[in-house]
Amino acid sequence: MFEATELNHRNQRTEKLWRLLFLMMTLLLILPVAVILTVLVVKGGPSLSIDFLFTEPTQGMTAGGILPALVGTVWLVVVALIASVPIGVAAALYLSEYAPDNWLTRIINLAIINLAGVPSIVHALFGVGAFVAFFRFGTSILAASLTLAVMTLPVVIVSTREALKAVPQAFREACWNMGATRWQTIRKVVLPNSVSGILTGVILEVSRTAGETAPIMFTGAAFFLPFLPQSVYDQTMALSLHLFVVSTQVPDVPEGLPFGVALVLIGLVLSMNAVSIGFRMVLRGKKKW
Amino acid sequence: MAQGIAKAPLPDQRNLAWYVDKTVQVLVFVGGISAILLILGIFVFITKEGMGFITQTLDIGEFFTSPNWRPTSENRPTYGALALIAGTASVTGLAMLVAVPFSLGAAIFIGEFATGKTREILKILVEMLAAIPSVVWGFIGLSIMNPLIIDLFNVPVGLNVLNSGLILGLMAAPIMTTLAEDALKAVPDGYREAAEAMGATRWQVIFRVVFPAAKNGLVAAVLLGVGRGFGETMAVLMASGHSINIPTSPFDSVRALTATIAAELGETAVGSDHYRALFTLGIFLFAITFLINLTADLVVRGPRKR
Repeated sequence: MFEATELNHRNQRTEKLWRLLFLMMTLLLILPVAVILTVLVVKGGPSLSIDFLFTEPTQGMTAGGILPALVGTVWLVVVALIASVPIGVAAALYLSEYAPDNWLTRIINLAIINLAGVPSIVHALFGVGAFVAFFRFGTSILAASLTLAVMTLPVVIVSTREALKAVPQAFREACWNMGATRWQTIRKVVLPNSVSGILTGVILEVSRTAGETAPIMFTGAAFFLPFLPQSVYDQTMALSLHLFVVSTQVPDVPEGLPFGVALVLIGLVLSMNAVSIGFRMVLRGKKKW
Repeated sequence: MAQGIAKAPLPDQRNLAWYVDKTVQVLVFVGGISAILLILGIFVFITKEGMGFITQTLDIGEFFTSPNWRPTSENRPTYGALALIAGTASVTGLAMLVAVPFSLGAAIFIGEFATGKTREILKILVEMLAAIPSVVWGFIGLSIMNPLIIDLFNVPVGLNVLNSGLILGLMAAPIMTTLAEDALKAVPDGYREAAEAMGATRWQVIFRVVFPAAKNGLVAAVLLGVGRGFGETMAVLMASGHSINIPTSPFDSVRALTATIAAELGETAVGSDHYRALFTLGIFLFAITFLINLTADLVVRGPRKR
């Protein structure tokens, strides 16, 4: 009575075909990237060395290392984090702990989506108009980092909001019932229970910030500087812009050099990303509620 | 807390904790509206630089119909953005042609077919793909795709619509996959179970039940992917060939709106017509991406409201 009919068989075959088709599509998205990364490693690997990371570019950037670019990227990322993390966490706290479900909250959410969707070069124009010219920071690490901070703010807000939302409502209610104020509840209960989730988002932001090029091109990153930055008012080299420069602007660069720079940049970004993902998975495993 | 019986605070008892709480509430609210302030700030600062140019110098008709972008011409600078718009449109169009079917397919596989470890691994891979910086994509277009296209198709230049379109497609696909998978996940399992109970096969469930239910989310995913492609700068700057051109074949080099700003802003004097013309392109880009994001938001939320 329950024997498979010809129709069942046909349906099973069709399903297998669909499954195969979708699997192929997924793999076709991933495989080219795997091939490309392999090429980067093969061609860029030989130029990597301790010297490459810790010496300055020489002979018009056709030889030597990437130290100033590496240091510059660290400066840019750190200053951008100092600016964006407090604001982003505050925004997420507002949205998760305070905001009523009204038109203002909806507009805030729309603004966050739009902020994330504004083209990076428009962020660059904003940085030039606002930070470089209007606030008179000049082309400096400060102006470039603030531009990056504005651009990556949605990353912090969204990931922090998710981390806060993961704290069960009952934790808050228990604390309120003890007579604690909202802020006491946030500080003693909500934040301690979500700090690792927030950290995950911050690491993700580091990875995003380190790779951006367009927003820093005109706000503070320089093609070549013979010295390391001393303060936030200095210009700086940056790894991402350095890749653009050595691959398009400098003549007679040996082939391995830009591949080396690309490999360092992508290694930095992907390893930060992997740390963030790993962190998230450990957290999910540890969660007790 | 003091020992003994703690007095319940009266509603109007304004101790230190009360003031701290109110101060934090204000600070957090300021943080909350920061996104709105920043979006307004971006709008104000780019229109401040560009608006005077639009009203005084720019011929709007010429901007949209002339392919001649010659802002540095000595005799008569022209500001026709048609070729730049065509460049952006052709690259984004090709990218979507590649990315939309593949990311929907990948989203279906990850969301509906894959299970357990496979699904986790695929999701992580997709997330890693989304993290590759655009300048690295541009470099890939320049140094890997360029010689490949020259060899495969026997064309003189490999930096063209095909190259940047493929690169942009690969860039936009992970984001679209993630968003589309979210949209599929938002369809309640009860729908699937109900359809399966009626004897529907897996693909019937996907195409007849899940797809129609997730339609709005999928459209929003595609729209956000388009917005992303539209605004992409470095990859398009490096892989599209950068020549002002209305493309007639995928092997033509083009120049995109974003790439034009990136390439020329450094050479212009602050406040010059050319400088303000670039801000005008910025206003145009801002307006288009704003519309795309707004539409995507309305598409997702609209039916839920009703």
